[in-house]
Amino acid sequence: MTGPGPSFPAKGRPARNAGIRTPGRPSHHRGHKLGRLGGTAKQALDTARNRLLMTGALFLIAFTVIGARLVDLTLLRDGHEPRLAQATGLGILKKERADIVDRNGVLLATSLTTASLYANPRRILDADEAVEKLKSALPDLDGKLTRSRLTSGRSFVWIYRHLTPRQKYAVNRLGVPGLYFQHEESRVYPHGNLAAHALGFSGIDHHGLAGIERSMNDELRESSDPLKLTLDIRVQSILHQELSRAREEYQAIGGAGLVMDAHNGEVLALVSLPDFDPNNPEDIDDEASFNRAALGVYEMGSTFKIFTTAMALESGTVGLDGGYDATEPIHIGRFTIRDHHPKRRWLTVPEILIYSSNIGAAKMASDVGVSGQRAFLRRLGMLNAAAIELPEVGAPLVPSPWRKINTMTVAYGHGLAVSPVQLATGIATMVNGGLLYPATLLPRIPRKTEKDERPPETGEPGSRVLSPDTSEQIRRLMRLVVVEGTGKKAAVQGYLVGGKTGTAEKSARGGYSDKALLSSFVSAFPMTAPRYVLFVMLDEPKGTEETFGYATGGWVAAPVVRRVIARTAPMLGIPPVNENAPEIQSEMMVNITPRGPSLASF
Amino acid sequence: MSGFARNDTSVIGRWWWTVDRWALGALAILGAFGALLILAASPPVADRLGLDPFYFVRRQFILMPLAAFILASVSLLSPKEVCRLAVAVFIGSLILLVMTLTSGAEIKGARRWISIAGLSLQPSEFVKPSFIVIAAWMFAQARLKRGSPGNFLIGGLFLLVIGLLLMQPDFGMAVVIAAVWFTQFFLAGLPLAWMAVLTVMAGGALAAGYFALPHVASRIDRFLDPATGDSYQVTTSMEAFMHGGLTGRGPGEGTVKEVLPDAHADFIFAVAGEEFGLFACLAIAGLFAFIMVRGFSRLMEENSLFVLLAGTGLLVQFGLQAIVNMASSLHLIPTKGMTLPFISYGGSSLIALSLGMGMVLALTRRRAGLGGTP
Repeated sequence: MTGPGPSFPAKGRPARNAGIRTPGRPSHHRGHKLGRLGGTAKQALDTARNRLLMTGALFLIAFTVIGARLVDLTLLRDGHEPRLAQATGLGILKKERADIVDRNGVLLATSLTTASLYANPRRILDADEAVEKLKSALPDLDGKLTRSRLTSGRSFVWIYRHLTPRQKYAVNRLGVPGLYFQHEESRVYPHGNLAAHALGFSGIDHHGLAGIERSMNDELRESSDPLKLTLDIRVQSILHQELSRAREEYQAIGGAGLVMDAHNGEVLALVSLPDFDPNNPEDIDDEASFNRAALGVYEMGSTFKIFTTAMALESGTVGLDGGYDATEPIHIGRFTIRDHHPKRRWLTVPEILIYSSNIGAAKMASDVGVSGQRAFLRRLGMLNAAAIELPEVGAPLVPSPWRKINTMTVAYGHGLAVSPVQLATGIATMVNGGLLYPATLLPRIPRKTEKDERPPETGEPGSRVLSPDTSEQIRRLMRLVVVEGTGKKAAVQGYLVGGKTGTAEKSARGGYSDKALLSSFVSAFPMTAPRYVLFVMLDEPKGTEETFGYATGGWVAAPVVRRVIARTAPMLGIPPVNENAPEIQSEMMVNITPRGPSLASF
Repeated sequence: MSGFARNDTSVIGRWWWTVDRWALGALAILGAFGALLILAASPPVADRLGLDPFYFVRRQFILMPLAAFILASVSLLSPKEVCRLAVAVFIGSLILLVMTLTSGAEIKGARRWISIAGLSLQPSEFVKPSFIVIAAWMFAQARLKRGSPGNFLIGGLFLLVIGLLLMQPDFGMAVVIAAVWFTQFFLAGLPLAWMAVLTVMAGGALAAGYFALPHVASRIDRFLDPATGDSYQVTTSMEAFMHGGLTGRGPGEGTVKEVLPDAHADFIFAVAGEEFGLFACLAIAGLFAFIMVRGFSRLMEENSLFVLLAGTGLLVQFGLQAIVNMASSLHLIPTKGMTLPFISYGGSSLIALSLGMGMVLALTRRRAGLGGTP
């Protein structure tokens, strides 16, 4: 071997710049015998060797890490539990939509993974045999269609969607090559149509299309925790059952019902009939999907007299011992306001409510005046759409212009159409001590501590509409209606039911029809300290022999209220009381006539 | 092991007594492992691509004797001849590299291959060893000869090579060359302050790669958080090692090769892990480490700065590729398509590595009798 080694390219080149080097430092460009290594070269080599050692050490560390990792993976991990399953396990558990549960955690809506069967016809060996075998596992399979699909020559055809685990097992057992399963997620409502209008439904692409499924769509898609509603599926079930029975019995075209917590507006049950099965959203028609409880607005009739009475008592235009002359119908403009069962005499305020006198209510409202009435109803939430968390919420039909005649008709529930949710919210305010709590389907966060409490603004939860005194008087009056008046059929022994009937003639072309009624009953219980408000409404009920042809609220809706309260009150933890106990008697006592005291329980 | 008398002064005889026979043996064993694993891993891959099952085996086996021949004949060269060979190879492969940009076949979004006389060639593989040797020469010159333009020249050449690789784009190859170049610079006495600057620049370049090249970003994201995307390949690879255990499932009994698209190249280590187990994998890793340690220890005794830098550079390239490939399969780093030297399938890679390791053997031959340097 010859050659100058490291600086061989410089061989033969004179050290032109040797002259500028520091004298005494030997040039290294030629001669590389060990003994002749120059200072610079030696220094450079020393540096290089030191750093080569460092580089080598780094590589040894890297190889050691790789060796350790090899031992870790091959020996210390369980090869039978592939990491794939662990790593993606969380992803699989995350559903397309979160579950929905009722207030007690009962499952109302969930997403299930189902298997759907598809085939790759190119891998099917014998289409006829495959179809024959499939028919044995899936008897309702369309054999002809399947055969044509399997012989289509394509590489993907659906055979059967959403198999049950049992069906999937059966298909797997066939051992037919070319069949595969695709996992899909489908929304399941275990209670079927029980809470259809509250829950709504979601479509094939996992997007909510109605009800809570739609209004809470983003929350349901993002969260994996179940969404808790205020519904109590037991109460919902009872209300649904009783309302359905009454609707059938009285051949009503529809019905609506609502149970609400009087102290926070939480809705425990919301029923609208006819309803639908959200498990089959493709079969839902417009009539069934219409939510009569929240979207429908109706002239409620006499139940509004509670509001009128409370308004009059609150404004001080009349006291409980006051009254109005209901001898003659009121003629105003081209209208005449008359009573259905005229007493043709002077009536006290309690009597106006018991006998449901339109004349008396109209006069009471007139005394308060147009603006007073509007302000009161606005505070009560009657002039704005309910705040409930449903996309299907109807805005009230408010008279415009609002003249004296409107004030008189609104006093007994005509000329202003509101939804059952609005009405129940208003009644809750009437009986709970006078505080408004907008209806809600989501559990209400408990109120803040008393320290930072400020009076809630109008419309906010807890805003005051009535004084506790007026609310207490209204409670007595509503109890009186059930004990003495038109609501006797709603009474349940021991639960101190109070309420008010409402029978409105539905507006038809050019006026009102006395054939098409909207019969309702709004109630609260127990009236000494009301816990729940229950509203029941039947749309165009027909009288039966048992009701002597009557289809009014007192005849058709009050019995539903009675049955629902009788079945739910024990469940809701309300202890029955002895209605004849003296302390309860005195608490519910009302002076019906100015002549002398009368006990409400007579 | 002697077929040659000690006093045999023929070229072959002298070669035999001066070459690092232990490293040579280790390379031969690696090659044998490679042949075995190509037989195990490539038939299913070929089958999936609709090729004859032994397509890859045949191609690789034809190249193996050629590779052995290149390795042996290059190891006969003197350091000076190594340098000349490197210059020739570098110029040739640089021209081909430029040609790939214009006439190369586009495969998976990159132009890296060029077809010459019916053979498809990856010029960047040949740029690697030749550039490393040239860089070593220039670093040595710059270090030992004041006023020589080595530093500027090597900097310019470096940027040219990196630029061409990024245009293909071949980010992984650029990173390897940059890492080797940096190591050589470090050994050549790079001041520590400069090192800090270059480290920051390298970090910046990696970050730029992350943001400029979407496939790089996606790989790194998937490494850091497997849930962000498809980490199927590396998960399967890790399962392969788990299934293999201590002794493996036995030759031909593996399953990863049936599903991994790159079972014969980037993930061949996983095939080794599944079929031959921990012992074989440790043996392969150990062979790589052994070759590096042997080479480094012989270079420690070297008195020529050029030889030291060139030998180190070539060994670092060899070792770095091995480490990146194995660490990718083991999910220690983001997946980077890099061949496992002498084991993965790949003609250009095999020939270029033979060239590089032949140079290493040539540079580490004992020249003590000639005063340390010839």
